[in-house]
Amino acid sequence: MRADLLDEAIPGLDEAMAAVDAGDQALVAGLLRPQPAQVAALTELADAVAATPLAGRVAEAVEKVAAGAASEDHFVAIAAARTALLGSVHDALTARVEEATGRSGDAGIASAAREARSPNVLAAARSWLSDLARAGWRGIDHDLVSGAGQVISAMLPDPALRRLAALLDGFAAELAASCPGAALDRVPARRWGDLWSRAMMLTLSAGAVPAGTATGRVLPLGVDLHEHATAAQAQVHAVFEPSDGGPPRLVRASVSVPKPDTVLGAGIWQLLRPHLSLLAAVGDGRSMDLDGMPVTEEGDLVWDDEHARPGAAADAFATARVALATATAPVPAPLDRHPARIAVPVFLEGYTVDKDGDALTFTVAGHRLPVDTDRVPSAGPLTPEAVAASGACIGLLRWDDGTFTVQPLAVETTIKKKAVAVHAGAWAGGTTDKNGVKAEKAATDAVTVLRERAGRLLRK
Amino acid sequence: MSDGRGPDWERSSTARVLPPARPRKLAKVPFVELADGRLQGVVSSGSDIGRVYVSSVEAGSHTFACSTNNNRPCGGARGMFCNHILAMVNEAVLQYGGERVARYLKVEPDEPTGQAIARDMMSTRPSQGDSAAAATVFSQFLRHLAYLELPPTTAPLPEMQWFPPTRAVV
Ligand SMILES: [Zn+2]
Repeated sequence: MRADLLDEAIPGLDEAMAAVDAGDQALVAGLLRPQPAQVAALTELADAVAATPLAGRVAEAVEKVAAGAASEDHFVAIAAARTALLGSVHDALTARVEEATGRSGDAGIASAAREARSPNVLAAARSWLSDLARAGWRGIDHDLVSGAGQVISAMLPDPALRRLAALLDGFAAELAASCPGAALDRVPARRWGDLWSRAMMLTLSAGAVPAGTATGRVLPLGVDLHEHATAAQAQVHAVFEPSDGGPPRLVRASVSVPKPDTVLGAGIWQLLRPHLSLLAAVGDGRSMDLDGMPVTEEGDLVWDDEHARPGAAADAFATARVALATATAPVPAPLDRHPARIAVPVFLEGYTVDKDGDALTFTVAGHRLPVDTDRVPSAGPLTPEAVAASGACIGLLRWDDGTFTVQPLAVETTIKKKAVAVHAGAWAGGTTDKNGVKAEKAATDAVTVLRERAGRLLRK
Repeated sequence: MSDGRGPDWERSSTARVLPPARPRKLAKVPFVELADGRLQGVVSSGSDIGRVYVSSVEAGSHTFACSTNNNRPCGGARGMFCNHILAMVNEAVLQYGGERVARYLKVEPDEPTGQAIARDMMSTRPSQGDSAAAATVFSQFLRHLAYLELPPTTAPLPEMQWFPPTRAVV
C-alpha cells in the first residue's frame, strides 16, 4: 500500500469540511430564532453548494431560517446540502484510497434508491427532526427528546424501516443522556449533525434494494461489529469470486438485530449468530458457496441461508495476500456517500509498531498510520496487545476528522513461538476459548432471565 | 487532530457519547435505567415469581417510591429506602458505573459505590413520593423486554457505521 498518499492533502477538502462545520455550529444553537452569526454560518453552507442543482432550494431555506419562518422542507434542504458536501468529500477520499491501495472501483454508479414507504410514520420522524433543528443541541430537553419514542416503537417491528429506526433509537438515547442541552460542557456537533441529516434523508429515501444475485465463492476476510445500547450489527467483509469467471469483487454480508441494553458482548454474537451462517465460517476458516444470493449494487449480500452452503477451507490471510488486491470495490448509493462509511479492507505487513500509552501506530513504508484498536470488540480474542505484537494485519481503512486510520479485523502474531492468526470476530460463530465460554454462559443467563420475565409479564 | 492522539471530539463522526453498559446478572434486578430525571427499575420479588417491584429515586430531591406491578405499596418502604431500592442502586452502579449514577442523582459520595451513594441520599432524609411514576417505569420495562421479540434483518444498516464498539471501561 502507498501509505504516503494517505498523508497528502486533498485539494478542496478543508474548504468543504469548513462549510460542514459552519452548518453544524448553526445547529448547535438551533434555528428557531437564529442570531446573525448562525445565518452567516448557514450562508457558508449554502455557498458551498452554489454550483450544484441544490443551490436554489438551499438559498431559499437559509432565507426562511433567517426570517424565523423555516418549515420542514427547508430543514430537509439544509440536510441535503450537508449530505451533498460530505458526499463529495467521500468521493475525494475514496479516489485517494484507490490510488493508495491500487484497487479500482466498480465502474457503475449504484442506481437510485427506492422511495420510502409508510408515509405517516416517516412524516412523524421528519417532524421530530425539524423540532430538533429548531431547538438546537443546546436547546434539547427531555420533553423534546422523548417525542421520538412513539415513532421509534412504531418503526422497529418493520424490517423495511429498520435503517431509520435503529439510527433514531441510537441518536435519541444519546440526546436523552445529554439533557438538558443548555448544561452540556461540549457538543458532539459533527456527529449529531451527521445523525440528524442521515435521518432526515432516510425519511425520504429507503436506500438500495437487491438489484441482482450472486453465484460463486465467498472468501471471508473478517468481521466488523457495530453496536449501540439497543441495536447491534455484524458485517462480514469478504472477496466474492463469481462462478462465471468474472472479476472478483469486495462484498459485505450483514446481520442486525434490536436488543435490550443489558444484552452485551458475547450476548450480541448469540443474537446475531443464528441468522448469518457466514459468521461461523469466519471462525472456522471456511469459504461459502453461493447460488443466487440477492446482492445490492453497493456490494451488500442480503443473506439468506437458502442460497448458501459451506465451502472449502479458506484462510483469511491467504485470501488477503492473493485475492484482495485484485478485487474491485463497490460504489455506494449517491445519498449514502459519507466519509464515516469508508471501511475499505486492506492487507498490511512489514510494518513496525509504535506504542504511546494506549495509542498504537503502524509505520508502513516510512509513513505513520494510526491503529484504531478501540473498535475491536471486547468479546473476542483480538486484543491491543496482540495487534502491537503482530507482523501482518487485515484491517479496514477508515477516515475521521482529517485522518486515515486502520481498524484491525485480524492479525498474524507469534504466541508461544508459534505463528497464529487472531480474528476480532473469532467468537462470532461460537467458541471453545475458556474466557469465551464463560462470557457465553453469562450472556445466556441474562437472556434467559429476560425471556422468562417477558413470558410472564408481556403477554398478560 | 487537536492533540495528535486522535480526532477532535467535537469534529468526530464517531465521537463516543454514551459509554457502553457493563454486563451484570439480571435475576434480582432485571431492569434499571437513568431516565426521566430518575433512577428507576424493576426488582424481582424474592417470594413470588409472578410479582415484581417498581422502584424509583428522583435525581436531586431523592424522593423515592416503591410499589408492586399491581400498584400495591411496598411494605419495606416506610419512610426509608427499602431493600428493593438498595438493590436497584447497587445494580445501577454495576451497569453504568458509580460515577455516572452519582452524577445523575446529583450526589457526591466519598466513593462511587452503591452503598455510599444510597447512604448519601438517605442522609438528607428524602421524602417518600406517590407511585405515580410506577406505570411509566413498568411500561418502559415492557418496552425493553419487547426488544427481544423484534425480528433480525440481513439487509444492511449503513448508519450503524456511526456506532462502533469501544473497549473503554466506565
Ligand atoms: Zn420496595
